[in-house]
Amino acid sequence: MTTGILGIWAGALLTLCLYSFLYRDNPFYRFAEHLFVGMSAGYWAVYTIFYVLKPNWWDKLVGAGDADPNMLWIIPGVLALLMLLRVVPKLAVYSRLPLALIVGGGAGLQLVTFFQTNGLKQVENTIIPLTGGGTVGFVNNLILVSGVVCGLVYFFFSKAHKGFTGGMASTGITILMVAFGASFGYTVMARISLLIGQTQFLLFEWLPTIPRVLGL
Amino acid sequence: MKKLLERIGNVDRRIIFILMALAVIVPLALELTMEMPVGEGPSYDLYEYVEDLPADSRVLMSFDYDPSTKPELQPMARALVTHMMSNDVNIVAMALWPQGATLGQTILSSVSDSLGTEQYQDWVNLGYKTGGQVLIVRLGSSLEAAFPTDLEEVPYGEIPMLSDISTLRDFDLVITLSAGDPGIPAWVMIASDRFGVPVGGGCTAVSAPQFYPYLQEREGERPQMEGLLGGLRGAADYETLIERPGLAAAGMSAQSIAHLVIMVFIVIGNITFFATGRKKRTKGGGR
Repeated sequence: MTTGILGIWAGALLTLCLYSFLYRDNPFYRFAEHLFVGMSAGYWAVYTIFYVLKPNWWDKLVGAGDADPNMLWIIPGVLALLMLLRVVPKLAVYSRLPLALIVGGGAGLQLVTFFQTNGLKQVENTIIPLTGGGTVGFVNNLILVSGVVCGLVYFFFSKAHKGFTGGMASTGITILMVAFGASFGYTVMARISLLIGQTQFLLFEWLPTIPRVLGL
Repeated sequence: MKKLLERIGNVDRRIIFILMALAVIVPLALELTMEMPVGEGPSYDLYEYVEDLPADSRVLMSFDYDPSTKPELQPMARALVTHMMSNDVNIVAMALWPQGATLGQTILSSVSDSLGTEQYQDWVNLGYKTGGQVLIVRLGSSLEAAFPTDLEEVPYGEIPMLSDISTLRDFDLVITLSAGDPGIPAWVMIASDRFGVPVGGGCTAVSAPQFYPYLQEREGERPQMEGLLGGLRGAADYETLIERPGLAAAGMSAQSIAHLVIMVFIVIGNITFFATGRKKRTKGGGR
């Protein structure tokens, strides 16, 4: 049996073990689940050491290859150690320093770009002329503009949702429901796609190997 | 009648699982195919943009996913790589997700073998680098600083096709295949909105609705995304457009039948609920 076939069989048997949960909880399912958790932990530990820490920190600190050692890289190393102090209750307070740097740096980096891309640009794209795109364009733009306005009115709680405001809020919640429905439809499609992918693997990669493995 | 509806309403969930399994297995095993016309839309927009790229254009392709979303994103990757390599478009691959680099390499090398393109002349895989959005910002100033070597440890300076590529701005298009964060939002924020490089891509069906606003186009302005492939359907659309049906197109008949089964169950569930459950609950003083 080649390593390729061994891999296919391991994948197929573990898939069947996991799908067996659909009947009821059983030892095969629990074995596959625990194996996955253990292997993931081991995989990520090794990956983080060799593909994140080593190239991005250790190699720069000691000067791997032709590069000179750079002692400034001790600073992020110390910060990383401070982060680990969370596990020592008496010293846990020091872990807030690297955490503060991460939060501050992350927020500073994200704030402007995120607001521009997901806020300002979207608002700009909603301020569009209703006319100029023919009947279809007019209907599309009308739905877009009125949908946004009504959706915003639904989240405006300083005025009672009665009368005209109530009508707009009702339209807003209807539009939100349509959006949630579309989102749910896509989610169903995604889950079925994963099932299809795994079924294709079982049918077209695993099944053809059975006669070979059994020597038929 | 009421008893029958009650029995249907209380059907064992395992029967539903069996029917769903059959809805997927039978069309796949019988290789049922359905005609799937691709009209104007985000999939066609991306196809058209790639199709219009002149030969020797440079595309940065980021494989931002892992095996858990392989059934949706790998067929997309194969279709896009096939299309670009067939049109002599040069591909520089990378990954914001660790396992994406290997998944990308599998696709690039297999398509390259079948089309006769050459590694380091027509395509290269720079591998994975941690950092997400920060890494993309770094690519804006120096590609070599972010990726001193490629996936196979070949130094950046020794790769012929990278000799005139130094920053993100040197690319004609960025394509990201995204399963989450970091992914499409990071590329749109930095590559498209900050550096002005056109961005297109594909994503899992779950996340597709949240990216549709990026496709909105104002007159005289470039959209934030040139096109988007959403889930297996998007992958199947692209396979159809390049006239090379693959795993995604083959899966669409199973997808459609599975959706029909789900719709039937939703209808049955609602009928039994209104015919039986609702009355009971109202008698008992509401829900």
